[in-house]
Amino acid sequence: MNNKRTKMFLKMITSSLIRRRSRMIIALLAIVVGATILSGLVTIYYDVPRQMGAQFRNYGANMIFTASGEEPLTQENVEKGISYIPKNELVGYTPYRYETVRINEQPVLVAGTDIKGTEATSPYWYINGNRPTANGQVLVGKNVANLLGVKVGSTVEIHYYDNEAEKSDDDIDLGTTMFVTGILETGSSEEDYLYMSLADLAEITEKVGSYNVVEISVSTSGANLEKYIERIDSNVEGVKARLIKRVTSSEGAVLTKLQSLVFIVTAVILVLTMICVATTMTAVIAERRKEIGLRKALGASNSSIVGEFMGEGLLLGGIGGILGSVLGFVFAEIVSVNVFSSSITFRPLILVISVVVSVIVTGAACLIPIKSATEIDPALILKGE
Amino acid sequence: MSLLEIRNVSKIYGELKALDNINLKVEDGEWLAIMGPSGSGKSTMMNIIGCMDKPSMGEVLLDGKDISKESEKNLTSIRRDKIGLIFQQFHLVSYMSAVENVMLSQYYHSMPDEKEALEALERVGLKERAKHLPSQLSGGEQQRVCVARALINHPEIILADEPTGNLDEANENIVIDIFRQLHKEGTTLIVVTHDPEVGEVAERMIRLEHGRIISDVKNENFRG
Ligand SMILES: Nc1ncnc2c1ncn2[C@@H]1O[C@H](COP(=O)(O)OP(=O)(O)OP(=O)(O)O)[C@@H](O)[C@H]1O
Ligand SMILES: [Mg+2]
Repeated sequence: MNNKRTKMFLKMITSSLIRRRSRMIIALLAIVVGATILSGLVTIYYDVPRQMGAQFRNYGANMIFTASGEEPLTQENVEKGISYIPKNELVGYTPYRYETVRINEQPVLVAGTDIKGTEATSPYWYINGNRPTANGQVLVGKNVANLLGVKVGSTVEIHYYDNEAEKSDDDIDLGTTMFVTGILETGSSEEDYLYMSLADLAEITEKVGSYNVVEISVSTSGANLEKYIERIDSNVEGVKARLIKRVTSSEGAVLTKLQSLVFIVTAVILVLTMICVATTMTAVIAERRKEIGLRKALGASNSSIVGEFMGEGLLLGGIGGILGSVLGFVFAEIVSVNVFSSSITFRPLILVISVVVSVIVTGAACLIPIKSATEIDPALILKGE
Repeated sequence: MSLLEIRNVSKIYGELKALDNINLKVEDGEWLAIMGPSGSGKSTMMNIIGCMDKPSMGEVLLDGKDISKESEKNLTSIRRDKIGLIFQQFHLVSYMSAVENVMLSQYYHSMPDEKEALEALERVGLKERAKHLPSQLSGGEQQRVCVARALINHPEIILADEPTGNLDEANENIVIDIFRQLHKEGTTLIVVTHDPEVGEVAERMIRLEHGRIISDVKNENFRG
């Protein structure tokens, strides 16, 4: 198109929008709201799997190592196994060594572990008191605490017999006195254990034993986990890796439901936006019948009438789309910070797509009203008001 | 060959003959006034000459070409090229300035040119008000903008339907003066009016009643 004509065209559609803003503001608002929801929800839609993954890992580790065959699970082969998991996806891992000790003549299961490490692999632990921070301190499972009648601040005396059969009344065993810093409540089998550091357990048992199990938390999808497990199993001697299925499969199910919900809500909002824009545009065309008749009387062809009104509509759609897309990102960020306590990933493509979709939706909404504009008779302007 | 020739034209709305077997020739450069009571068919005739409506019967020859059976699309392009329109209710685009309203007519015709549009406004004495919106202009000034818009594309015929119907005496005289000038330059003018003063300044006057031409007289006192 020629330069001067293009300039006039742009001037016409912009001054129509600017100088008649009270009417156009309603349509603009509808488009902004539509684009906000669209870009906001789609941003969340794409970010939720990542966010949800992080959330679900709060509910525990998603992989475990146990010993395979004859080889014991040592620090060395655990580290070898861990090396197959990309560093940036590894949230943490915690080894456990189990032994049976006696406290007040009662057999009690002890788990030696990296107490600090449980924060990453078992963040859901509810502790009445605190996690042990130094040697000589223990965390007691609720059931064990009930059995022994201990509270936060109590001490327990721990006896260990290498071989239960060897135990005799002649043995003079003063036991090891340890301080209870917290009672652990989880509602499941963890409450049956007494937790202490690996160093304390080594001292009590007088040996550095191998691990029984290692819990690992990896920030990735189920499919990737399976891939890592396969590699570890085939490459690392003595390590049998396994998936903790319960968590990962429910993660997937919730995600699918959430995403289809997002999809439906977005579609409904877009349809509502379209109805609102179409209604406004119909009113605008009715209001401007005289003007359209005049333009035709001045020699405007139907295609230039369509072009001018479509131009206004698309310009409106573009402005609304840009405003809405930016607002939508802000909205997604607010939701993310409040619900998932983490920032959203900025995706420029979503912004571009929601602007394009806003323009298309506005254009589609304008089709029927604009078609009716072309049917206006130029002769009407020679008739009195 | 006449610029415009109307042959046996009728326009029928149901029972009503808005135009009843009209025959009329208008020569190039002529200044014709059409008078007649309300409902006599003046606007109907303007619509047909202005390519905004088609007759029910008869032929309308513009430049020797029959336009009575053209498609709407062709009528639009004939109107764009040959006709300049002036209306009683002015009909300016409310959100565009005076000069932009004039340029709108250029835009649909060929090429918007601000310099030319300003010259046209100067002719009607409105150069100073070029940037004003219609709401900031008086009725007379708005009608002068319409005149500038009608003449900007140098049409063969200017059709004016009650151009002074909403104007006071002073503005009426300004518009008539502009018509005189246009006539001098050779533009064909067809002006519908109720007002005898506006009718009497024309070169020729026809009178319509019930869709028929009941008189067609040359103005003896025409002063050109
Ligand atoms: N679209 C239409 N449908 C039916 N009748 C119409 C239509 N347009 C005009 N008429 C009738 O045709 C007759 C002539 O109308 P027209 O508008 O040409 O009158 P006019 O001479 O311009 O009157 P006025 O001076 O009041 O403007 C009138 O009786 C009018 O009611
Ligand atoms: Mg009329």
